[in-house]
Amino acid sequence: MHTLFHKVWNAHTVRALSSGQTQLFVGLHLIHEVTSPQAFDMLRQQGWGVAHPERTFATVDHIVPTSAQTRPFLDLMAEDMTIALERNCRQFGIQLWAPGGVESENQGIVHVIGPELGLTQPGMTIACGDSHTSTHGALGAIAFGIGTSQVRDVLASQCLALDPLKVRRIDINGALRPGVYAKDVILTIIRRLGVQGGVGYAYEYGGSTLDAMTIDERMTICNMSIEGGARAGYVNPDKTTFAYLRGRRFAPSGAAFDRAVAWWRQLASDPDAQYDDRVSLDAASIEPTVTWGINPGQSVGISERIAAAADEEALTFMGFERGQKVEGRKIDVAFIGSCTNGRLSDLEEAARLVRGRHVAPHVKALVVPGSQAVRKAAEAKGLDAIFTKAGFEWRGAGCSMCLAMNTDKLEGQQVCASSSNRNFKGRQGSPTGRTLLMSPAMVAAAAVAGEVVDVREMLEEAPV
Amino acid sequence: MAAVTSVTGRGLPLRGDDLDTDRIMPARFLRAVTFEGLERHLFEDDRAADPSHAFNNPRYTGATILIVNKNFGCGSSREHAPQGLARSGIRAIVGESYSEIFLGNSAVLGIPCFTADRASIEALLTLAERAPETQMTARVDTGVVSAGGLSIQADLPPALRDAFMSGQWNPAAMLLDKYDEVEAVAGRLPYISGFPSDT
Ligand code: SF4
Repeated sequence: MHTLFHKVWNAHTVRALSSGQTQLFVGLHLIHEVTSPQAFDMLRQQGWGVAHPERTFATVDHIVPTSAQTRPFLDLMAEDMTIALERNCRQFGIQLWAPGGVESENQGIVHVIGPELGLTQPGMTIACGDSHTSTHGALGAIAFGIGTSQVRDVLASQCLALDPLKVRRIDINGALRPGVYAKDVILTIIRRLGVQGGVGYAYEYGGSTLDAMTIDERMTICNMSIEGGARAGYVNPDKTTFAYLRGRRFAPSGAAFDRAVAWWRQLASDPDAQYDDRVSLDAASIEPTVTWGINPGQSVGISERIAAAADEEALTFMGFERGQKVEGRKIDVAFIGSCTNGRLSDLEEAARLVRGRHVAPHVKALVVPGSQAVRKAAEAKGLDAIFTKAGFEWRGAGCSMCLAMNTDKLEGQQVCASSSNRNFKGRQGSPTGRTLLMSPAMVAAAAVAGEVVDVREMLEEAPV
Repeated sequence: MAAVTSVTGRGLPLRGDDLDTDRIMPARFLRAVTFEGLERHLFEDDRAADPSHAFNNPRYTGATILIVNKNFGCGSSREHAPQGLARSGIRAIVGESYSEIFLGNSAVLGIPCFTADRASIEALLTLAERAPETQMTARVDTGVVSAGGLSIQADLPPALRDAFMSGQWNPAAMLLDKYDEVEAVAGRLPYISGFPSDT
């Protein structure tokens, strides 16, 4: 009668701290160049070491340039931050994947490479100094985004001091209609439950829609749990999970794999598990969804109009009016990438739409694979050629325009159709820049049309 | 570590719901390997767009208690946001609600984030705006925030309240205590010790 969350939490509990929090062992720790250097400095100041260097893995993703990735980077700060991470990892014996280093072909966005390499496994506790760590829950892990002081804690002790969460079960049942993707599902959930609806909760996603989804799709959903306020999100491990993990580099192999599967199965929530709350959603009711506002909960179905009760500040900032549709909004930039939608299947779906078409002349369009491995696999399938022929830029792996820490950013009031996860004011690098979140297929369609369109119309006429 | 039992000082009223950490500390200021100097960039884009922004207003210089509305600190987990606030002299935050990561990140810096209802916050905001010189006191033990003749009831998560009271708001040292218990837990996890032959 327990949920996976409780089983994993209990298996990793060291003890109750006198502060009232729980000391939880962290099975996998991922770090990157932006939120770790200060943590290493804190360690040095205290004279502490790293307790389990073999359980921490590092990469560069946030600031790393995606145009030219040869070292030294042209961006001196990106170079400095990468050097700092290299030095820290060398000093403490941590595996790092970065351009110009060993196995640099494993570099990529932390939340893309963890699952890809089989580091992320069911039943693990995972922590990373990045709020979208919830992504890893797609494989049945309990994964927390943490701050830099907590990165220090994990480095020093391989533990975190945390308060337990409640669990909300979110059931989505039925088949998604053509042109409707995992991104539309999670945007709809956030719209319905609110950007703060998940505070105090872990979200457990299930139901026949989730059962039928690939791990990539489940990752898109779990990724944005944090945008709904939930600290973690997960899907119970099943045969899709096991098939995904088999043969991955860090996954158990041989007989150990079968034994691991037996353990993973036991961890899944029991059929009679008790939940603190339950919500359900009908997949067939979901449309291609786009945000019109300045938080990920401010969205509409593509055929809908912006509600009369819409927030004034958001409307003014975005230049929308009540009763207006987002469809038809002219865009300046199209961005396909990020830890939400920068995986191979995302690029394949976008490529299917742009094949034989061309980006509208006024649109700057870029595709940024989530990892070097995604990039390589996409190139092996000829997707790079499809994108570049259609007028997209084809980049190296990194976060790029998701948070605009490198040179990929909006200018002035540009409008960006983006497959990323945040439409906050200033998120994409210009304080007045405007972000419309949508699925990668919708971004591809908008890039071609030069404005927001209903991807379903384009899919109908898509050359096969 | 010193206990945090109460914070006294002037209030800094900052209106608005859903002020995310990208607003508090835009990503370009994360281009650094230290937290030093972050206080200069708090709300930089908002301040540029709005000269009357609370963080531009000299009337609030030296304030230690930040007063906010709903869902403050949502979005990115960057500790750079509370680090900037701490470095600017903020010692406590009183607001309607917070993102959990922000609340936790602030706690580790010794900054309690108090929660109160909308009406109480409105009263506090109004008072700080009208009379910025008013001294306020936010008490960790009782949750009472008093300012001039005003007294509102605010809450802290009980575990955090105890942690502040006992001086254990930064858990690092506690986590390293009795480390054999940690190794025992690790040893029982099959993905570390090796998957058993019969489960
Ligand atoms: S892609 Fe965006 S959301 Fe994901 S880790 Fe990078 S910056 Fe964060």
